[in-house]
Amino acid sequence: MPHEELPGKSPAPETLLKQYIREPRDLTRYLHYLKVARKEGLPTAVLPLDAAINWARASSVWPLTFGLACCAIEMMATGAAKYDLDRFGAGAFRPTPRQADLMIVAGTVTHKMAPRVIRLYEQMPEPKYVMAMGACTIGGGPYAVHGYHVVKGIDRFLPVDVYVPGCPPRPEALIDALLWLQDKISRQDPVKTRYEDAQAAP
Amino acid sequence: MTPEEIHSKLANSHGDAILPWLAPEHGDPCIQVAPEGFRAVAESLRHTPDLAFDFLRCVTGVDREASLSSVYHLYSYTHEHGVTLRVDVARDEARLPSVSDLWPAADWHERETYDMMGIEYEGHPGLRRILLPSDWEGFPLRKDYVPPKTYNGLTNE
Repeated sequence: MPHEELPGKSPAPETLLKQYIREPRDLTRYLHYLKVARKEGLPTAVLPLDAAINWARASSVWPLTFGLACCAIEMMATGAAKYDLDRFGAGAFRPTPRQADLMIVAGTVTHKMAPRVIRLYEQMPEPKYVMAMGACTIGGGPYAVHGYHVVKGIDRFLPVDVYVPGCPPRPEALIDALLWLQDKISRQDPVKTRYEDAQAAP
Repeated sequence: MTPEEIHSKLANSHGDAILPWLAPEHGDPCIQVAPEGFRAVAESLRHTPDLAFDFLRCVTGVDREASLSSVYHLYSYTHEHGVTLRVDVARDEARLPSVSDLWPAADWHERETYDMMGIEYEGHPGLRRILLPSDWEGFPLRKDYVPPKTYNGLTNE
């Protein structure tokens, strides 16, 4: 890595982090953290830890294989060679919810299936995220008017973090949603939240 | 054998149970069978060497205004001929003998017809809903079906 200081003298931690963060999005996140810290008076040691935790969480979102209907085909296509999801760290689809971070609900959810979806969601450990993929999971999709057995949108029983419109959404749309989710994860404050909880507890 | 020949052959042996040859405006030309003699007709279709219908392709239900129909599409691999059967039952007394011991395919097809249309098949090894949850009320593919507003706390609006 090119060092701007003279050899032999170790650079400041902030400089080092700036050098290691090559992607503009990461840099923006870190600068945002610096701004937040100065405003709220948080110790500077926390911020690189926050950034590191968020970077680790966002760069290795392991999805749960949860293809229910046609959107599953597009999810498989996105995970395959041409529109690779693995280059974003999200290629390790887990069949078990116990090892998954992200539940991509890809397909129509019927009334019969809804309790099972909730059960799988509850089996996922924190931090967990839900992506509503396709029109059926957003608001019922093509079955919104006459579907007597379709749940018109999974946000009726699940907390959704990101919605991907489309019927089905193209692989590029799914990748865009994943990047959006990574951005959302990177804006969270894991250490600050934990610190606040510890202070608030008597 | 053509379907008309099969129809006349069955009419000879089963008489009253076989109603006149039906070639409607819409739909398949089919052999219409009365519900009382349906079981005997099915057995002879399966076991008669001349007919030898060994493959039940499909059992479906049709809602006509006055009645419900159960439609059977049969095919014979031995003789390479096929035929369509139709049995009409009343809406409020929709009961038919099951043919799942003659053709194993009828097991799930009759469960689906029961689930969607409400035709009960007597003698079926386990007649229960197959597509909808077991506590669902009503038969959705009937023409007079009104969907529920909520199910298990989730609305259908």
